[in-house]
Amino acid sequence: MLPRLVSTPLGVALSSLCTFSFALGISSAAAAPVREKENLRDLFFGQALFQAYQENYFDAIVSLDTELNQYRRLDEPELDPFTTHYGQAEFSVGDLELSYRMHREAGRAIEAVLKGNVPQPVRNEAAYRLAKIQYHKQQPQNALHALEMIEGRVPERVRAEERFLRARVYMELGRFEEAVELLKDLKGESSLAGFVEYNLGIAQMKAGQEERGVLELTALGKTGSSDPARQALSDKTNLLLGYHLMETGELELARPYFDRVHLEGPFSNKALLGAGWVEARAGRFDRALVPWKLLQDRQATNEAVQEALLAVPYAYGKLDVHSTAAINYGRALETFSHEIDVLSNSIISIREGKFLEALRRKEADQVQNWVVALRNLPGAPETHYLLDLMASNDYQEFLRNYHDLNDLFERNESWLGSLTAYEDIIELRRSYYEPLLPGIDDKFRELDARIKLRIEQRDKFASRIEQMLVSRRPEYLAFADEQEARLKLARMREILARGPRHYSEEAEARIARLEGVLEWRLSTEYDQRLTEAYKHLQQLNEEIKKLQVVYHSFVRSRQAATHSYTGYNDTIAQLRSRLKMAQTKLEILMARQGTMLEALAVNELDRRRAQLESYQIKARFALADSYDRANELQEQRLDQRKIEQHRSSQPEALPQDNPPELEASTEEGDDA
Amino acid sequence: MCRILQITILMLLASVCFAQSVSRDEIRGLDEQIQDVKKDVIDLTAELAQLEEKLLFPSNTQASFFVSLAGDNAFSLEAVELKLNNEIVAHHLYTFREIEALQKGGVQRIYTGNVQTGNHPLEVSFIGKSASGKEYRASANYTVDKEVGPKFVEIKIAGAESAINFKDW
Repeated sequence: MLPRLVSTPLGVALSSLCTFSFALGISSAAAAPVREKENLRDLFFGQALFQAYQENYFDAIVSLDTELNQYRRLDEPELDPFTTHYGQAEFSVGDLELSYRMHREAGRAIEAVLKGNVPQPVRNEAAYRLAKIQYHKQQPQNALHALEMIEGRVPERVRAEERFLRARVYMELGRFEEAVELLKDLKGESSLAGFVEYNLGIAQMKAGQEERGVLELTALGKTGSSDPARQALSDKTNLLLGYHLMETGELELARPYFDRVHLEGPFSNKALLGAGWVEARAGRFDRALVPWKLLQDRQATNEAVQEALLAVPYAYGKLDVHSTAAINYGRALETFSHEIDVLSNSIISIREGKFLEALRRKEADQVQNWVVALRNLPGAPETHYLLDLMASNDYQEFLRNYHDLNDLFERNESWLGSLTAYEDIIELRRSYYEPLLPGIDDKFRELDARIKLRIEQRDKFASRIEQMLVSRRPEYLAFADEQEARLKLARMREILARGPRHYSEEAEARIARLEGVLEWRLSTEYDQRLTEAYKHLQQLNEEIKKLQVVYHSFVRSRQAATHSYTGYNDTIAQLRSRLKMAQTKLEILMARQGTMLEALAVNELDRRRAQLESYQIKARFALADSYDRANELQEQRLDQRKIEQHRSSQPEALPQDNPPELEASTEEGDDA
Repeated sequence: MCRILQITILMLLASVCFAQSVSRDEIRGLDEQIQDVKKDVIDLTAELAQLEEKLLFPSNTQASFFVSLAGDNAFSLEAVELKLNNEIVAHHLYTFREIEALQKGGVQRIYTGNVQTGNHPLEVSFIGKSASGKEYRASANYTVDKEVGPKFVEIKIAGAESAINFKDW
């Protein structure tokens, strides 16, 4: 997060390198989540990835966090399909948090993995990721501690990146020799091509192997590429070497490096300026004018161009072409004056809050390089002056954070609106269900009692059949008329027993015969009747099952009706209060972050304005000087012309003196 | 004029020296507070999303449909339409980022709604293009068997084969 304050070109290179390596880190982090498209076992994990791949980090983290929390609460998590992705999800959430600039949370997530009971390769990968976070937080010592936790083999997919990170950590800690050794091994690693060579060159130069470092960087600078990022790295390397050699006075060596920089690339202006200065320092001002004149016609807001506007007349002055120098100083003064006005208006615009207002607009999400593009809005500041500032990691972080805070604020506002809508829904549901439910409940209680009765009856039948399977009870299987007959016969038996004298033997025999007939029937049909009874019980079970489904469905619907409007009020009130608290915090933080962004932008514009004002003063003096010299020259020329004219207007005078030959002969004669 | 040269070299330093006017501690403190508030809002959003789901799509009626791509990474999905119970419930036109996310293995939740238990006819149709620019379109039918719990259906589109496969989760 914090920039390194370094004062040498190599230091600059090292710090610039962080920009490259950081970009590399983020892209790999974002790409990390899933590589096994076909092996997706959990839809919700896939949904989180869908958000992550679109760089909607907030939504991705929310989805993945929810999944992880639900999974951790499961009684038997191993049965859940998410198990397959659990380890990966824990890493991914750390990666996503890192991409969302939540370094502390990302660190905690990975430390949790390290503390858990995980296999060594997973532990190694976690240690690597923790080290990456520490490195990103500019804590190289902590990053090294994390890297030292790695034991044995590092997973293949992060092996090269781990070694590259280790080398950069060594460089941060000033252990350049060790970094050189690691980087040498990494040469040829296609995923890190360019970055390894750049770091190796810097490390070698820092380690005292100046010549090797220059050779390494020269080789990198010679590699052209159709990929703009690779070409930019190559240009940056050439520019770095060019200035480095110029600083050390090796002017003849420096020029080819500037010439190799791509003329249309982002470093071309600085390269053209440098190329001119190499020639100027060597005293070849005519040759210095070639790149500077080219630069002079470029975007006037660029610092190198503004410098070239002064450098061109300076070179003309050195070539004694003072009138052209004066014309160019005049042009420079005109440009500086206009640009100073632009800068002053931009500062006013920023102070009026228009810069932050533009940053909060919806286009910021959709338009690439929105921060640069916002200059086209009426009243917006001239953002071309802020390009260098904006290119720095810190400012980028501030901008992203400001944008994130604004996004969170808008999300929360939307949720607050939704909560009001939910309360309306709940109220509507309450007003619909509450009058209906008492009547429904009464009917349900009636039905419930009947259902329970039927279920009890079924249970009774089932238990009887169970008993009959163990001991024969034919009377249980008698039909209704047979039961009636049995009861009648039993009563007759009782009557007979009370007064046997009153009945004839024939009557008793008839009762016995009827009992026998009944018993015979029940005994002989017992098996068949038992089977029938069993079948009927099965049918009854089916019906009861259907009844229970309807019963449970009703219970669920009844519960759902209640749940659709009860128990939400407290939750909603609590969430609303938390949302409002978060909104207050967000407003404060946005104001602070915004003030910081504005202050930095105003500082930068102030610096540029002060620089232009100083250029303006120099140009005025130089212009006056050029006029003086031009006048002097003109006067000299006029004088010369007058002398020539005077000479030409005089008649040819007769020679007063004798020719030398005559003089000589005369002298000889005198001597004689 | 030699000072101008020094300024040129110092230009390279500008990117790292700009923040001198803002204190380092202030930057660090603010950054940590921003991280804290992000964490708070993430937690809050998760709770709000759960509340929303519980309130609007209770589990006994919830049916969610997800779109994913099978096989060929070069296939660009342009639009998908879903008809549930013969009514259009979703019609989605894909952005470049969404297409890329699907190609990398992401899964899009295209529609979540409420349906009663029982069978519901689902008709899915899509339009897309292969890397060579050839247009593909297809549609397929499926019966969604909604039971007591929430229903999740994955719609897997194999673009170049003009095929749509369904999977109940």
